[in-house]
Amino acid sequence: MIRLIRYTDPYRWGILIAIVLLFGQATCDLALPDFMSDIVNEGIASGNTGYIIQTGFKMLGVSLIGGVCSITVGFLAARIAAGLCQQLRIDLFEKVESFSNSEFDKFSTSSLITRTTNDITQIQTLLVMLIRIVFYAPILGIGGVIHALANSKSMSWIIGVALVLLVGLVGLMMMAALPKFKLIQVLVDKLNQVVRENLDGMLVIRAFNTQRFEENRFDQVNTDLTRNNLFVNRTMAGMMPAMMLIMNLITVLVIWVGSNQVSAFKLDVGDMMAYMQYVMQIIMAFLMMSMMFIMIPRAQVSANRIADVLETEPSILSSKNAVVQTQPYRGVVEFRHVTFAYPEAEDPVLHDISFIAEPGQTTAIIGSTGSGKSTLVNLIPRFYDVTAGQILIDGVDIRDMKLEDLRKNLGYVPQKGILFSGTIHSNLAYADKNASEAELLKAAEIAQALEFIEAKPEGFHSEIAQGGSNVSGGQKQRLSIARAMVKKPQIYLFDDSFSALDFKTDAALRNALKKETGSSTVFLVAQRISTIMTAEQIIVLDAGRIAGIGTHQELMETCQVYREIGLSQLSAEELA
Amino acid sequence: MSEKKNGRPMGGPMGGMGGGGEKAKDFKTTMMALLSYMGEYRARVVLVMVLAACSSAFSIVGPKLLGKITTKLFEGLMAWYTGTGLLTDFAYIRKISIILVFLYVISAMFAYLQSYIMSEVSMKITYRFRKDISEKMNRLPLKYYDAHTHGAILSRITNDVDTVNQTLNQSLTQIITSIATVTGVMIMMLSISWAMTIVALLIIPLSLIFIMLVVKKSQGYFKTQQKYIGEINSHIEENYSGHNVVQVFNGEAEAMVTFRTLNHELYDSAWKSQFLSGLMMPIITFVGNLGYVAVCILGGYLAVKKVIEVGDIQAFIQYVRSFIQPITQLANISNVLQSTAAAAERVFEFLDEEEEGSDEGKQGEPESVTGHVEFKQVHFGYKKDKNVINDFSASIRPGQKVAIVGPTGAGKTTIVKLLMRFYELDSGEILIDDRDISRMTRSGLRSMFGMVLQDTWLYNGTIRENIRYGSFDKSDQQVLEASKAAHCDEFIRALPHGYDMVINEEVTNISQGQKQLITIARTFLADPKILILDEATSSVDTRTEQLIQKAMEKLLEGRTSFVIAHRLSTIKDADLILVMREGDIVEQGNHSDLLARNGFYAELYQSQFSEGEE
Repeated sequence: MIRLIRYTDPYRWGILIAIVLLFGQATCDLALPDFMSDIVNEGIASGNTGYIIQTGFKMLGVSLIGGVCSITVGFLAARIAAGLCQQLRIDLFEKVESFSNSEFDKFSTSSLITRTTNDITQIQTLLVMLIRIVFYAPILGIGGVIHALANSKSMSWIIGVALVLLVGLVGLMMMAALPKFKLIQVLVDKLNQVVRENLDGMLVIRAFNTQRFEENRFDQVNTDLTRNNLFVNRTMAGMMPAMMLIMNLITVLVIWVGSNQVSAFKLDVGDMMAYMQYVMQIIMAFLMMSMMFIMIPRAQVSANRIADVLETEPSILSSKNAVVQTQPYRGVVEFRHVTFAYPEAEDPVLHDISFIAEPGQTTAIIGSTGSGKSTLVNLIPRFYDVTAGQILIDGVDIRDMKLEDLRKNLGYVPQKGILFSGTIHSNLAYADKNASEAELLKAAEIAQALEFIEAKPEGFHSEIAQGGSNVSGGQKQRLSIARAMVKKPQIYLFDDSFSALDFKTDAALRNALKKETGSSTVFLVAQRISTIMTAEQIIVLDAGRIAGIGTHQELMETCQVYREIGLSQLSAEELA
Repeated sequence: MSEKKNGRPMGGPMGGMGGGGEKAKDFKTTMMALLSYMGEYRARVVLVMVLAACSSAFSIVGPKLLGKITTKLFEGLMAWYTGTGLLTDFAYIRKISIILVFLYVISAMFAYLQSYIMSEVSMKITYRFRKDISEKMNRLPLKYYDAHTHGAILSRITNDVDTVNQTLNQSLTQIITSIATVTGVMIMMLSISWAMTIVALLIIPLSLIFIMLVVKKSQGYFKTQQKYIGEINSHIEENYSGHNVVQVFNGEAEAMVTFRTLNHELYDSAWKSQFLSGLMMPIITFVGNLGYVAVCILGGYLAVKKVIEVGDIQAFIQYVRSFIQPITQLANISNVLQSTAAAAERVFEFLDEEEEGSDEGKQGEPESVTGHVEFKQVHFGYKKDKNVINDFSASIRPGQKVAIVGPTGAGKTTIVKLLMRFYELDSGEILIDDRDISRMTRSGLRSMFGMVLQDTWLYNGTIRENIRYGSFDKSDQQVLEASKAAHCDEFIRALPHGYDMVINEEVTNISQGQKQLITIARTFLADPKILILDEATSSVDTRTEQLIQKAMEKLLEGRTSFVIAHRLSTIKDADLILVMREGDIVEQGNHSDLLARNGFYAELYQSQFSEGEE
């Protein structure tokens, strides 16, 4: 939490005012028993009705002031918490947007999402509680002690007894329950895991008739979880009754001791009654504070998770002294002795890769999984930076360009078609807001997407759900391709973008693409050899090294790895 | 205080109070269902209610007795002042104090007993709910899963069951305690003074009016807040998961603009709903204080008039204080019950879903299977009004290979799913060794099949356990042989811990190709008569790919097989090719027949190489 403390800076005054108001609220709350004591001692004892009513109205006034203080604090707390979290959310989002893939790998995408959403919501809720309760409790508690002492010093040991008992009780319960809390969280995750596995493997489970086995597996976790939950619940079941008991017994104690004092003329009856209420307030304050011990660690976890992200600097930044691009790229992409290892990985994924991709040509990359095909292509938009060597576009190292300029010239189509919620139109226009209808239409046509788009009742204005879940994998890929076409970049990067397409569509798309990409430089990562057979330059990767460069014909003759891939997919005559 | 954290985002500080929450479609029926689901525990729940009521009753007497002591003291003092009596009646005070301690201890014991029993009951019921759901999952037809997301099912087993659990564990007894307290307190107050009771009772409508006003107002903001949280979350989700695309299209600035707008809307509704729901406490406290003051004034007046005694004022004040909390709780109860009913309803709905037809009285696994498969005029559609398979007939002799080809999304797995009775036919029949599969038990039928899918499925266990999956009685030696036959042995031995290596939760500690090989080994071990193979071509390296191909070929030997084919080599030497298009089988025959027919298959086949000729 300390790591996020600077976010409270704009609210320093607000917090200060809130604390002052909390003092006011506590003073009012604590003044009430005094008035009551006055009513009993002065009013009732002497039968002075006027005094009673007068004091009563004073009480009302005090209570009203207390209420106003409390409401104002509530207002401040809500504004501060929501405002602080608004800023936190903006900073976090902005930070994550600046991250490169290395940072995404480090945190994992889903974790980054939870940090930006749930963790911040968590902080917001707890912040309000913090201001309204945690700040208030010590003020009330200390105030209560002062008032009680002013009332009767001789009974202060009772407060001590109460606090010792409560601390002991809460401590004991926490010691018993806290370790189990963690265990329960683990078991809940485990339970989810088994259910998720069961859902994913539905077909397999049924095909292998292993329903019983799965049910047992689930039952084990379920039993475990139930047992631990039961333990915690039973422990907690004792908490409330024990606290109530302590409170009640302390009251009896006050009365007992108090009545002795009253008889010895050391104490007025009204004071004793007030004393009882102070003790209650002190105990309440203590209970509120003990809530702090539950809340703060929880907020701490969220705060740390957020701070971890905020304190991470993106590893890839736009070059500061970059030359602003003045003329359009030609698109000559050169890899010069490029070696790349993922952060914290021991072995490089790519070793000493050198080649030149010329404009107007297709450079295809093929190889086994883990051979580094996608990685190679991902280096061009600087999702990652090379570990050694350099990548040059038109002779300029891409690290010396402005990130924005570099990416402006790239048309990237990811492996899994990624779409944003909106319409087909908004997704295509994502590449270029100013693109005309005709341009979008043309892009869709090239990407072989026009047919299915027009088959939809709303055509280009058909809804796309979040994550593109309402279109098929193949359609997503085609729309992603169309989006890249709209951009009309100088360099195209197709990262295995045809995998979900059937042979026929794949072929038609490549034909259309060839005509359109004309003078552009095209990178094409593929699994299917038929997809890349006609490329001007094919790079065969094997375990991160170039096993061969050439055309299909050349490679069939010279490259063993290429031949193996080929023969595994097509027959010899088809390959010829 | 013991609120469990199950990844569920916390509501506002007042929990469901301002949230409004969802409503069950049929509250009464669901609650009755929940009651009958409790079964044997019902008696214990009744006991818990009695205990809760007793516990409250015992503690309610407390203030009145305390008041008596105070009165005695005060009277003694007054008497002493006027010189008419004893200073302090210690014997009386001692007696009352002992009674008090006794009452409080009993009350605490009852309260503890009540929570103890209730936590057991609620956990047992939760356990049963989860168990029932997990077993139900296996009995539902696959059709169900086509229409429902995994997330929805997961949230039933966690969130919904949890909501019910919380209500059983806390809210249920809270209702009883609150009602008992309110009633008890009312009786005690009346026993002291009807006039003061009326004044104190005025608090109730007053606080209720305020609560209603605040709730009504804040609910609107809560809804807006929920809406913007949803929107901002999906915005975050899609920008993070599409991060690379955002980067290459330089979309960061635009994303930020949208984010800022949403974020500001969220801020606006967040602080308002927060503030409004936070008003509740101070307002109730203030109204409570109003009552407090009124009680003091009226009590003081009445005490002077000797209508009541000093201790009564003290007792009354305590009663007024303990009056307010249960009332706010009761005000919130309908929300709690509603959201519980909604959660329980979802769980019951799931448990009541129509199951796969019963297997009772059907034949089990036949002694020997030759693998003769026959389709007779099969009709099938995933949805009632839309048939995909129309009048399909084919006969496959033992040991033959059937290749299923077609564009993506053409429904190539449909036939396979029908064959294994994951779905039921609309009409026609499928025979294996001349026996209608719908007359066999599902487990009997499925034990004849082996299946290797493109989506390999391994679970979070050791490699050995994963290979043995489904053939639990096979020895380690047999596992080893199957693994050798599937060309797994070599790479498994190279892994840390070899066969005992635990596959991690995300199944990322072995490669895609290795996963595939393990599922092949699994099928070898099962030694089925009929095989279903999905040839995967993507994401596997060359050498592993060759191993997989070799292993698959070996697996195919002597078995009738259905192959969802991607390789032309497989397709060419298939005995029967089923060509699928838009769900239906449009052509069937062998490679040369189909080419000669010059139809969809020929088109599909040729298109692949059209570009090569340019």
